[in-house]
Amino acid sequence: MGITVRGFWTLIHGMGFGALYLLACSGALVELYRFTTGRARTESTAGDERFLRAYLITMVVLAWAAVLTGTYVVYPWYRATAPLGTVDLAMFPQQLLMSHPTTATWHSLGMEWKEHVGWFTPISITMAAFIFIKYGRDLREHRHLRAAVLWFTVASFVAAGVAGFFGAMIDKYAPVQGGRAIQLTGEGER
Amino acid sequence: MKILDDAGSPESLALANGSGAAAILSAGIGCFSLAVLAIAGDTSAVVKSGLIFYRATGPLSGVTTVAILVWLCTWGVLEWRWRRKTVALRRVSLVSLLLLGLGFLLTFPPIAELF
Repeated sequence: MGITVRGFWTLIHGMGFGALYLLACSGALVELYRFTTGRARTESTAGDERFLRAYLITMVVLAWAAVLTGTYVVYPWYRATAPLGTVDLAMFPQQLLMSHPTTATWHSLGMEWKEHVGWFTPISITMAAFIFIKYGRDLREHRHLRAAVLWFTVASFVAAGVAGFFGAMIDKYAPVQGGRAIQLTGEGER
Repeated sequence: MKILDDAGSPESLALANGSGAAAILSAGIGCFSLAVLAIAGDTSAVVKSGLIFYRATGPLSGVTTVAILVWLCTWGVLEWRWRRKTVALRRVSLVSLLLLGLGFLLTFPPIAELF
């Protein structure tokens, strides 16, 4: 069982940073709502506030890591141009998708939207984390500020969801592959 | 447009909301500018070539880098201007969410291709 270097980086980008971010979103939304509206049955402690700060900072790191690895590591392999006369386009995912009418839309709609909208995620969650760190429990006194933070966090979830969905589907039809092979298990293993 | 509120409202008793408003409005502007830059890159060959900061990534490198700079610069200026002030946050939030919504729409290819 093995994986190529390009496949590995695609895995890190999508299943590592992107999927972890998506998983973290629901927790962040619930905790932000609970913490800032004061609807918890028990009063939030300073420890709870520290935990949520660390949680949001982790999300910020995941969001930035996802867009930066996507844009500067995986995307160049995806959009690489095949030399003239190349018949096998397996190493050129964008051109492979565009070469067939049934898959062209995965690029023209999916990738074109994903590559831009994905960047809304780090912008939105960085803003939300900054405001939470700055205001903390004071957010209960700022109704509009709280609402904006929650809406931008929802937007970051939607943007990451769009990017994640199209990323997964595009990788299904035209996987980014190539580079050195990384052997995960012994050659003799079945 | 009147943005600054008079002090004395219940909100002004807590931490001034200007810093939060600066972060929210700049995030909206950042997302919107990214969408506008993406359209500009698609419609103009000159803009497209100007946005190629890193050849392997193509114009996307310039679109995102410039949008991030717009976002951070706007944030810095607004933070400097509003950090100790109480602003009309409802209006700022609505404008920011509108810009964010427009950003989503304008990056959606069937709508972006109308320009």
